[in-house]
Amino acid sequence: MIDVQNITKRYGNLTAIDRVTFSVAKGEVLAFLGPNGAGKTTTMRILTCFMPATEGTAKVAGFDCADHPLEVKRRIGYLPETPPVYQEFTVSEYLTFVGRMRGMVGKNLTTALDQSIEKLALGTVRHRLIGNLSRGYRQRVGLAQAVLHDPPVLILDEPTVGLDPKQIIEIRDLIKSLAGSHSVILSTHILPEATAVCQRVVIISGGRIVAEDTPDQLSARLRHSEKISVTIKAPPDNCLARLQSISGILNVFQGQSAGTFLLECALGQDKRDEVARFIIANQWGLLELRTISMTLEDVFLQLTRHEEGMTPQVDHVSELPQTTQETAS
Amino acid sequence: MTPVQAIIAKELRGYFVSPVVYVVGAIFLLIFGFLSYLYVVYAGYQAIQIMQMQGGQAQLNLNDLVFRNLFASMRFVLLIILPILTMRLFAEERKLRTFEFLMTSPIGINEIVAGKFVSVFLVFLSLLGLTCLVPTVLMLFSDFDWNPIWTGYLGMTLLGALFISVGLLASAITENQIVAAFLSFGMLLLIWLISGLGALLGDTTLGQIISYVSFMDHYDRLVRGLIDTKDLVYFFSSLAFMLFLTHRAVESTRWK
Repeated sequence: MIDVQNITKRYGNLTAIDRVTFSVAKGEVLAFLGPNGAGKTTTMRILTCFMPATEGTAKVAGFDCADHPLEVKRRIGYLPETPPVYQEFTVSEYLTFVGRMRGMVGKNLTTALDQSIEKLALGTVRHRLIGNLSRGYRQRVGLAQAVLHDPPVLILDEPTVGLDPKQIIEIRDLIKSLAGSHSVILSTHILPEATAVCQRVVIISGGRIVAEDTPDQLSARLRHSEKISVTIKAPPDNCLARLQSISGILNVFQGQSAGTFLLECALGQDKRDEVARFIIANQWGLLELRTISMTLEDVFLQLTRHEEGMTPQVDHVSELPQTTQETAS
Repeated sequence: MTPVQAIIAKELRGYFVSPVVYVVGAIFLLIFGFLSYLYVVYAGYQAIQIMQMQGGQAQLNLNDLVFRNLFASMRFVLLIILPILTMRLFAEERKLRTFEFLMTSPIGINEIVAGKFVSVFLVFLSLLGLTCLVPTVLMLFSDFDWNPIWTGYLGMTLLGALFISVGLLASAITENQIVAAFLSFGMLLLIWLISGLGALLGDTTLGQIISYVSFMDHYDRLVRGLIDTKDLVYFFSSLAFMLFLTHRAVESTRWK
């Protein structure tokens, strides 16, 4: 549905995106992850024909963005970073205007209007001026605008910014419900969002794609060892050394709170059983035992740090406490 | 409703829900009314003087004494009023980030420019329509030739359209409305003032070219009641040129 080949965008000497290549199949949801200024918005603007690429080709539904912009625009619903709303319009007037701009008339338009208002739960504010609505509602009006004409391709630039947690879940459910019949690209820096909603993640940093895979495989690919966290009720003084003595355990670190330890073993090995037996046999009191999987946050940080010229190999000592912190939070 | 009509409706709504049109319109009509009053009073004094000198009934020519002066003064009023009306057209869209929505809608830049132009032009026409009250009222008390008045109104319509297109261009260049207003004001003033340079150079080729570029002579002829194809060609071609430049300016924002 979307096919991007080697697009590059330069602003003078500044290269915003550099030979970006990816594709989105029909019905797939793709997340665009990256720090601020990584080139997410630029890529989206090229796909929506807002600006042309310096090099490379972008195709949407078989139409080239440079050669057939109108055909592309007809098939896209786009939510820019700032919801493009007119303050002096009421919600339904605004959506009517949007529909007319896309050539919708009569019954078609009223049905689409009602549907999008229902989908985004805007019924209660339908006749209120957009200028008087809260940030969250404006964002929803922006989304309603994008889905109004039921386009096959949706491009959403940070769709859940400014929403409260309940609304975020609703919007995620909406995006999930669109998957299958629509191709969706969404950009976000909220990483759990990508895990929750998307089948595939593209991590972009410094204008380049640094990784592209499913969220699970991404974290698996970048894991260098298995990690176990244990919490012990009454650890002895030499606990660290004693835990280290369990066969197969490579490293042991003190965790954030007292009694918490992080154990590291070789990739592909599960030592939970041995660790549990060992602690119980010593009667230290086993309170908690779990594996730590690498979250998308870790993957993201690792990949984007790597971009900034830091050591590509994970520094185990510095990385581990951080992992605990993030998993625990 | 086509997309262009949707844009026109949206712009008109934008004008009439904000105080801009009411304030600008009220001031415009007030100035028009005041100027009419001044010229009528001035014509009255002239009539009294003529009567005292010659005795008997003086035949007043309202066309010369009132309307020609009035229409000539309107150049300046339009020069100030229209940039205020046009300044928001593109600048506001860019400031509010709705520009991206317009540009990613499945319509051409031509249609966007046309929609915006037509909307201000309609606002301007409706204001101009209200000024017809002055000749209508004067008609009740006096006799005058309507033809120069029609050409005067044609002149004001064409001049207004040209000013609007310059304002549209200025608004497309910047995202600051104040800058857009001053930019169009400056450009119009410049086009006006170069007619002085043209007059200075006189009958040389350069002088003629400069005089042709300025709207002064063309407008003056229409106000005097002359419809010359040359003047109509001037107005329509410069209007088309300004709209073309606006199109280019909007297009160029995509490359930045």
